Amino acid sequence: MNYSENYYDTKDFSDDDLLETFTPASEVERPKDIGEFEEEELVRLKQTGIDLTTPDRTGTFIQTNSSVLKCDCEAQGVELLSITEALKKYDGLKDYWWKLISTEKDSFTREADQELDNGYFIRALPGEKVIYPLQTCLYIRNENVAQRIHNIVIAEEGSELQVITGCSTHPHLTSGLHIGVSEFYVKKGAKLIFTMVHNWGENVYVRPRTGIRVEEDGVFLSNYIALKGAKSVQNFPTATLAGPNALARFNSVIVAPEGSDIDTGARVILKAPGSRSEIISRTISFGGRVVARGHLVGLASDIKAHLECQGLILAEHGVIHAIPELEAHVADVDMSHEAAVGRIAQEEIEYLMARGLSEEEATSTIVRGFLDVRINGLPAELNKELQEVVEECHKGM
Amino acid sequence: MLQIEDLWVEVRGREILKGINLQIGTGETHCLFGKNGSGKTTLLVTLMGFSGYKVKHGRILFKGEDITHLPINERAKLGLGLSFQRPPTLRGVKLKNLLALFDKKSDAGVQLAADYNFEDFLGRQVNLGFSGGEIKKSELLQLLAQGPDLSLLDEPESGVDIENLDVICQMIRKLLQKEVRKNRQKSGLIITHTGLILNYVNADRGHVMLNGQIYCHGNPRDIFERIRNYGYEECAKCRLFEQGF
Ligand SMILES: Nc1ncnc2c1ncn2[C@@H]1O[C@H](COP(=O)(O)OP(=O)(O)OP(=O)(O)O)[C@@H](O)[C@H]1O
Ligand SMILES: [Mg+2]
Repeated sequence: MNYSENYYDTKDFSDDDLLETFTPASEVERPKDIGEFEEEELVRLKQTGIDLTTPDRTGTFIQTNSSVLKCDCEAQGVELLSITEALKKYDGLKDYWWKLISTEKDSFTREADQELDNGYFIRALPGEKVIYPLQTCLYIRNENVAQRIHNIVIAEEGSELQVITGCSTHPHLTSGLHIGVSEFYVKKGAKLIFTMVHNWGENVYVRPRTGIRVEEDGVFLSNYIALKGAKSVQNFPTATLAGPNALARFNSVIVAPEGSDIDTGARVILKAPGSRSEIISRTISFGGRVVARGHLVGLASDIKAHLECQGLILAEHGVIHAIPELEAHVADVDMSHEAAVGRIAQEEIEYLMARGLSEEEATSTIVRGFLDVRINGLPAELNKELQEVVEECHKGM
Repeated sequence: MLQIEDLWVEVRGREILKGINLQIGTGETHCLFGKNGSGKTTLLVTLMGFSGYKVKHGRILFKGEDITHLPINERAKLGLGLSFQRPPTLRGVKLKNLLALFDKKSDAGVQLAADYNFEDFLGRQVNLGFSGGEIKKSELLQLLAQGPDLSLLDEPESGVDIENLDVICQMIRKLLQKEVRKNRQKSGLIITHTGLILNYVNADRGHVMLNGQIYCHGNPRDIFERIRNYGYEECAKCRLFEQGF
């Protein structure tokens, strides 16, 4: 049997009714300038990892509804364009456009294919090491809008690049639909760190569709942070490690408040010998539901892959469903997984209490540790956000 | 310092401790010997107040205060500290962060780690992948940072190599103020199987626990010799003899 890259992507999440519910972003108000943003919106962006004041960013891209309000990047060695411009400039991006995801995957990919609003194109030139991250923001500003995005990120041979993407909705908006197709190409010896922050309104539906391809000696590190929940998220990026010694690591920190349903995870197909992968998720439910998936597929010898799902339920009615899957097609692989869900072990709390900590202090120490996954290049503002979530934990107990 | 009066303790519906009486004076160090499963750890964690260890009868007085039903952290605040035989792993919690909780202003924890050659572990997650000996060191380091008046040490030297035994015993001596001759304030209750610790840390009294009861009180070295020569069962027999004192 031929295990092509799309072979595994069989699950169909199509939902035509959902598409009907929302107004296309292209048909609503098109803000012209970021200057129109109110203070609370800028605060919101900051909470989503987007900082318009710091000099420590290589470039900034902001798309609101269907309009690109900002697309600035002065730095040499890296290119930042809206995807519509990039398609013109590079003659349809033939080698990259819909190459890692099928347009026919489900109703959302079809929608993004036919009714594209815009998206970003980022490319680090060969050998360029971009020190500060580029930040991109996908923002829905009006009620009940469907935003359809397609992004392409390319780290050319030997380059290094960091991207922070913040996806959010207007602070007073409750309902919306975000469809985001993203394709990441990490070429030989390149390194890409991608941090995605979700900060949605209560009734927002989120449908990212992501494909990643990592070549020989390439490194892809993904951080996904979603601390505020959403009505429904389905996020299941698939990375293919296509060249020897390629590496992909996915970290996620997810908090599900009451009323949110977050189905997330990652799949890594280890196709080349010596490739390595790690999927680590930390999830907390305050009453919402989280499905934490992980699927490692070992197709070549001498690979190493590990999956770790840890979930804490801190409120009644919370559901955490960990689905770790290991699939080896050859004998010479080192693949493992570890999953644990439940409440904080009483023994751990009491251990800290024996050192003099109150029950609350002990709990927050453990939760803080729980959320402390290695997050490379996480902006300070986000670290603060993480801490605030920890404080929330007391209330949930 | 500590007074245990006719303590009966149940774990998961099973009676484990059956009428323990024990007194430890200020500045004294006591050793507790006894077979595997006899209830030594149960006694220590009951003193600390862990849930699941139900006191059915009797009481525990610490510094004159009845602590039998006090929450764990309040016992710790009063000056009780425990080094665990098998502590849980705290994922994501770094040892240095834990040590910092005792003293937010200074870097006393870091200094302690340096003193006892444990700096490399400061950035590690508490007990995650620690070897047997490393766990013991980490426990004692935490206790030193905490500075309790009564240290309950559950097999602090088990699984520790000869070189580290020296370090561990230095830590215990510090914890129990062994250098102080007059008016020593710190007391200890040490569970040991090997007795090795007696060569480094002077102990005032020894006790033998068998099947949830304490038999035989006396000079710890004598008791340990007797156990070595005649086994634990003999201790049960000489109980009456001891009670004459
Ligand atoms: N949490 C628990 N659940 C079930 N049984 C327990 C629990 N704690 C203690 N016990 C039982 O109580 C008895 C005494 O155990 P304890 O740990 O106190 O022994 P110990 O004297 O410390 O032994 P060792 O020398 O092996 O450490 C044992 O039979 C043990 O299985
Ligand atoms: Mg024991």
